[in-house]
Amino acid sequence: MKDNVKLMKGNEAIAMAAIRYGCDGYFGYPITPQSEVLETLEAQMPWETTGMVVLQAESEVASINMVYGGAATGKAVMTSSSSPGVSLMQEGISYLAASELPALIVNVMRGGPGLGTIHPSQSDYFQATKGGGHGDYRLIVLAPSTVQEMADFVSLGFDLSFKYRTPSMILADGVVGQMMEKVVLPEQRPRRTEEEIRRQCPWAATGKDNGRTKRNVVTSLELDSAVMEKNNERFQRTYKEIEKNEVRYEAKYTEDAEYLIVAFGSIARICMKAIEDARKEGVKVGIIRPITLWPFPYDAIREAAANVKGILCVEINAGQMIEDVRLAVSDSVPVRHFGRMGGIVPNPNEILDALRRDFIDKPANAKED
Amino acid sequence: MTREEIIRPENKVYSRPRLIDDNYMHYCPGCSHGVVHKLVAEVIDEMGLEDKAIGIAPVGCSVFAYNYIDCDWIEAAHGRAPALATAASRLNPDKVVFTYQGDGDLAAIGSAETIHACTRGENIVMIMINNGIYGMTGGQMSPCTILGAKTATSPYGRRTDLNGFPLKVSNVVALLDGTCYVTRQAVHTVQAVRKAKNAIKKAFQNAIEKKGTSFIEIVGTCSSGWKLTPEKSNKWMEENMFPQYPLGDIKDTSKGLEEKTVEVKK
Repeated sequence: MKDNVKLMKGNEAIAMAAIRYGCDGYFGYPITPQSEVLETLEAQMPWETTGMVVLQAESEVASINMVYGGAATGKAVMTSSSSPGVSLMQEGISYLAASELPALIVNVMRGGPGLGTIHPSQSDYFQATKGGGHGDYRLIVLAPSTVQEMADFVSLGFDLSFKYRTPSMILADGVVGQMMEKVVLPEQRPRRTEEEIRRQCPWAATGKDNGRTKRNVVTSLELDSAVMEKNNERFQRTYKEIEKNEVRYEAKYTEDAEYLIVAFGSIARICMKAIEDARKEGVKVGIIRPITLWPFPYDAIREAAANVKGILCVEINAGQMIEDVRLAVSDSVPVRHFGRMGGIVPNPNEILDALRRDFIDKPANAKED
Repeated sequence: MTREEIIRPENKVYSRPRLIDDNYMHYCPGCSHGVVHKLVAEVIDEMGLEDKAIGIAPVGCSVFAYNYIDCDWIEAAHGRAPALATAASRLNPDKVVFTYQGDGDLAAIGSAETIHACTRGENIVMIMINNGIYGMTGGQMSPCTILGAKTATSPYGRRTDLNGFPLKVSNVVALLDGTCYVTRQAVHTVQAVRKAKNAIKKAFQNAIEKKGTSFIEIVGTCSSGWKLTPEKSNKWMEENMFPQYPLGDIKDTSKGLEEKTVEVKK
């Protein structure tokens, strides 16, 4: 086991895990802070070992459309980028969702808006969880907080994506992408055979082979409104299933908590330090870390918040997930946001200060400002 | 002769290709798409590629190509067909992938994907119908609209000072090292149809033999967009389009691409 422990960056772990998952193809374009995904894949040359295709595309627009083309043939394909690049991919992601294609998209977030900064951020929460592209669709959104989770969520993302025939996204932040940590990589799995692909994806455009007489057409276009509404209803049924089955989160110190922190990704770990410091001072703080940002753990947060005096939502942005946290508790508990922007990651003291300022030092009957 | 007598098998002299469906075609009378669809279907059938062909449909009039030609299809976002084809081809090297696009789709919004698929030398067939207009959206100017041509967005005729020059996309991709075969054809006469079919066949053969990217431009008519009868459209095309877009092979490297590995000196 010890031999399997490696030290690497989160971005490198994504690349290594993709090869080991038996991913069929990666299509990407360089952008800081995620370029190590493509760099690692090119250096590993998986086309020599597993047969995985790796291609540096001419743009993020081309990357996501290559993913679309590959996914339409039933292959397990992925791309990765960072915020501005993922904005460019939104049209393609909408097409993937509408054509019910499995695919994995990795966003190692940097600060925006615009060209913004190359430093870490979580400001694409809305884009990832509320749509991003046009039309009524959802993405399965996984938020890793460790390099280990970067590796693990590649297979989880692909598996969920194939199970529900809908694209999934790993929404990492620049911290998790760039930091180095110990990681145990998954075992090498073989890529699926052509027979397995045809069994798993009878809808795929593979050429009318194996005696198939009816042609397969992968499209998101339907001009008959009655049929298009039926298609949309089918998508929504899938999303309901995912909401029912796939909510994932981590809860710590919630049993006796007087205050609750909700945070995802790298900042959740910094919050853990703040929580431990608070507990040393006798202030009981707990944390819910959503692992799936969609489907969002509304019930878990509502239950954990039943006996708390306040919830602090800590995000590396101006306050985006806080809207879902408020929905979870229907504003029955005061919910405040703390975050930094522009690529600045809050430290534990700032988080603890925010807890004190918003809740601990505030008399229970104090007027809202 | 009654209808029943006429449709007896022994009287049959012609039928639609086996791989063209019985679906009602949405193309306007006089449109070139129907003929080119027929040629693609015939070539796939004659070359025995029914179980290998994967078509990539565009956005534009031929968006519904998948309703007519009986092979597997993937419908692309506007302009992105070459990107889809790149992945479909690389991930399925034993298949034959072709794109079917119009000039608005390929030469405007899809120009980057076109240039890069061609310069990478993807082993695909690219077919572009150039009728110099956006037909589906109601006859707007395209990059390939010839100078002087009146469209919905160049109502007084295309002018270089306002709209720049027509994009001769075949000549551009012929300059790229990744293309092995670039030709400009038409389908307005029986002779032209035969030549176009041979070109399409050659392109599919190149893809099978992995010789690089084959690019076929077919100068076609858009009677509705041009606001001319089908007969007058053909005449207008010959008189006005062909001088700008002369027919014939632009590039043909029968050997295919040479793989190059260059060691750069330190």
